[in-house]
Amino acid sequence: MKKKWYDYLWIGELLYWVLGLCNILFAWLGMLFFTIPLLVALIGGSKAYCNRYCGRGQLLSLLGQKLSRNAPPPRFLRTRWFRYSFLAFFMVMFGLMLRSTYMVFAGAPLRQAVTLLWVFKLPWNWAQVDMVAPWIAQFAFGFYGVMLTSTVLGLVTMALFRPRSWCVYCPMGTMTQGVCMLKQKKEDGGCGGEGQKDCGAAAASRQ
Amino acid sequence: MALSKRLARVGRECVACGTCMKVCPRSAIRVVSGVIARVDGMLCVGCGRCAKVCPADVIGIVERGEEA
Repeated sequence: MKKKWYDYLWIGELLYWVLGLCNILFAWLGMLFFTIPLLVALIGGSKAYCNRYCGRGQLLSLLGQKLSRNAPPPRFLRTRWFRYSFLAFFMVMFGLMLRSTYMVFAGAPLRQAVTLLWVFKLPWNWAQVDMVAPWIAQFAFGFYGVMLTSTVLGLVTMALFRPRSWCVYCPMGTMTQGVCMLKQKKEDGGCGGEGQKDCGAAAASRQ
Repeated sequence: MALSKRLARVGRECVACGTCMKVCPRSAIRVVSGVIARVDGMLCVGCGRCAKVCPADVIGIVERGEEA
């Protein structure tokens, strides 16, 4: 199958990490990975970002060809309660990151560290952040930590299970699917009245 | 062309990631409205490639007629 331009977006994902290592302020670019999927879901009502344009998913697929056990993931990973709980947990952690950004904005000292897996503080003293306000740098440290944590989780589940196992519980994937379900429900007037589970079937029969 | 005896069936816990779409040699599976992947029974030959890559492990290969 002939490759399209978007099949190379994994390079953008790699570039993000390299740029972030060179200067932590590039972490702000990660906001694109948050906002684009949401906008696609909210405006387009689809998961086209996950399906085609997700550089992280592509990277995990590529790495998984060599490094994955290709084993089926545990069943709980795909259950609705786990996926939405993980999304909620991730949002709380994101909120705490925003809070620490605000604290620095309000006068607290900048903490030059990237937090991995919500616990481990990695010193990041080489970062040149003098050219911006401290809160801008604090957000970059926090956001790079969020991205690093999710990438590490993605790599671990890629190795243990199937290459794109991260996609099963990716908070953005869960959120955008939730948005699409709500949009579908609204358009179908409840998808035939049998609840959310039939929204896909209603959509399929319409096309 | 005659229909294959088996075809893919997608479970309700599909996460709509689209991994299956990329490997289907007949473009018989696609994500509908960002909610769930659906199989076109006329195109699917039941090769099982989608089932092998599905990260959520929700695709099964079943006898035609049992997919509903």
